[in-house]
Amino acid sequence: MTDVAKNEQAEPEVANRGFGDRDPIFGDSPEGTDVWQRVPYNPDDYGPVSDFATDFDHADPDYNPNAPKVWKQLREDGCPVAHSDRYGGMWIPITHDTVHEIAYDTENFTSRSVVVSVGRPGDMAMPAPIGGVPPISSDPPFHGQARRMLLPPFAPKQIEPWEEEVRILCRRLLDDMGEITPGESVVDAAVQYAQHIPVNVIGRMLGFPEKDEALFRKFVHDALERINEEPGTRDGLDDLGHYIGAQIDDHRENPRDDLTSYLMNQELNGEKLSDDIVGGAIVLLLVAGIDTTWSAIGSSLWHLAQSPDDRKRLQDDPEVMTFAVEEFLRAYAPVTMARMVAKDNDFHGCPMKKDDWVLLPFPAANHDPKQFEDPDKFVIDREQNRHAAFGLGIHRCLGSNLARLELRVAIEEFVARFPNFELAGDVTWSVGQIRGPRVLPVRILAD
Amino acid sequence: MQIHLDAEKCQGHNRCYGLAPELFDVDDYGQAVLLVDGEVPAELHDKARLAASNCPEYAITLTQES
Ligand code: HEM
Repeated sequence: MTDVAKNEQAEPEVANRGFGDRDPIFGDSPEGTDVWQRVPYNPDDYGPVSDFATDFDHADPDYNPNAPKVWKQLREDGCPVAHSDRYGGMWIPITHDTVHEIAYDTENFTSRSVVVSVGRPGDMAMPAPIGGVPPISSDPPFHGQARRMLLPPFAPKQIEPWEEEVRILCRRLLDDMGEITPGESVVDAAVQYAQHIPVNVIGRMLGFPEKDEALFRKFVHDALERINEEPGTRDGLDDLGHYIGAQIDDHRENPRDDLTSYLMNQELNGEKLSDDIVGGAIVLLLVAGIDTTWSAIGSSLWHLAQSPDDRKRLQDDPEVMTFAVEEFLRAYAPVTMARMVAKDNDFHGCPMKKDDWVLLPFPAANHDPKQFEDPDKFVIDREQNRHAAFGLGIHRCLGSNLARLELRVAIEEFVARFPNFELAGDVTWSVGQIRGPRVLPVRILAD
Repeated sequence: MQIHLDAEKCQGHNRCYGLAPELFDVDDYGQAVLLVDGEVPAELHDKARLAASNCPEYAITLTQES
């Protein structure tokens, strides 16, 4: 598609969306510029994965439902780093040691792009060390500056006061399920419950209208799950840019005590943040916080639906939750990140070339028997648990305190309302770097 | 028992603060702050061990005085 064709297409759409005549804060750039490069990969040429050691694809629909088996097999076959020609070349470390090493090595591995896709940022894209969505796309030394700005509103003592609000939200969602007949009623714990929690919470923190929840969900879906589509078709990103631009304008006129106004008042090098940077940070919070937490809540309920003992333990011994939350995060870590190789290097015998992709499967690291006793077993009161669900090194999840709060309260409220429940049909898992159930039918049973 | 926190290694996972609030606080940026002056009171030895063995970044070390 030429630039002209793209522009002609974009005009009427903007006008129709009612976000005013503002240009999008950001959006997809046409391929062929130095900003966006299509990688030589057509999923149709490959088909389903036959061997994960040499043809790994995290976007294969069979991967997420079976990921723990895939990691185990690779480890037992003595493959600490798998490879794939897909996406223009990708490496996949599987062990805790190799994931840890790459996460720490910001010289050889850049965060310029953390989502593997058929397009990668060209040399003229917001260059490292800043990247398009700081701080997740940034490298040192800029990373530290951008991150420091976002840390205070997500520090534990700022997050703790949100507990009551999260609890009320969870109860409302449970109420909305309507009349429940134990033994008969089936609810979708992902669609009716888990998916609404993080989107509502971050929306409120940002001071965005509650009625926009469905719109957010679409944007996040577009950004994370449609990775195999052509860059030019991902219009969702343009929409998001317009929407956030309009919210920023609104906050400029009506400043209030929320995260958006907080960001707009931040300074970098003595100057107020530009709308681009504020918008980028907001997108990051939406994209990084919604699918991830929704997945963690869903996987935890999926586990509990199949484990009467663990349900009973949570009921009889609420104190165990301190450990249980971390074990849910370890066993069902939802987030795999990515890096790009910054310069040619030899990684334990793997000839890595500049611009190759490297997946960082923190969930696989969490199942490494060298790091965790009986890693494939869920131990609700696991006492030693240095899990890497929130990453390792300088990019440690900025929202981890919020995510942990949401996960804990969501589980507490669900099992308080429904002490007994079981799987009631086929579970659909997400596709791509975020792993969790997207359809999760459970039958509510008698207490 | 002596406890040591390596502030350079701490990335603010806040596991220690959650498990042993008697020994750790957090600052405005979510970074851990040690509340005791090296020596861990006997009744907090278990909590110190718990905090150290759950730090994903290996930022907490314990040494046993003989
Ligand atoms: C269970 C839920 C979540 C999980 C498992 C998770 C996981 C992660 C991981 C593994 C990283 C590291 C990225 C890397 O190394 O490249 C990360 C970074 C990040 N997360 Fe989360 N996340 C969750 C929820 C959230 C929430 C709720 C928010 C905010 C509202 C959030 C915001 C961020 C941000 C801003 C970063 C970038 C930090 C940086 O680059 O310095 N996350 N997350």
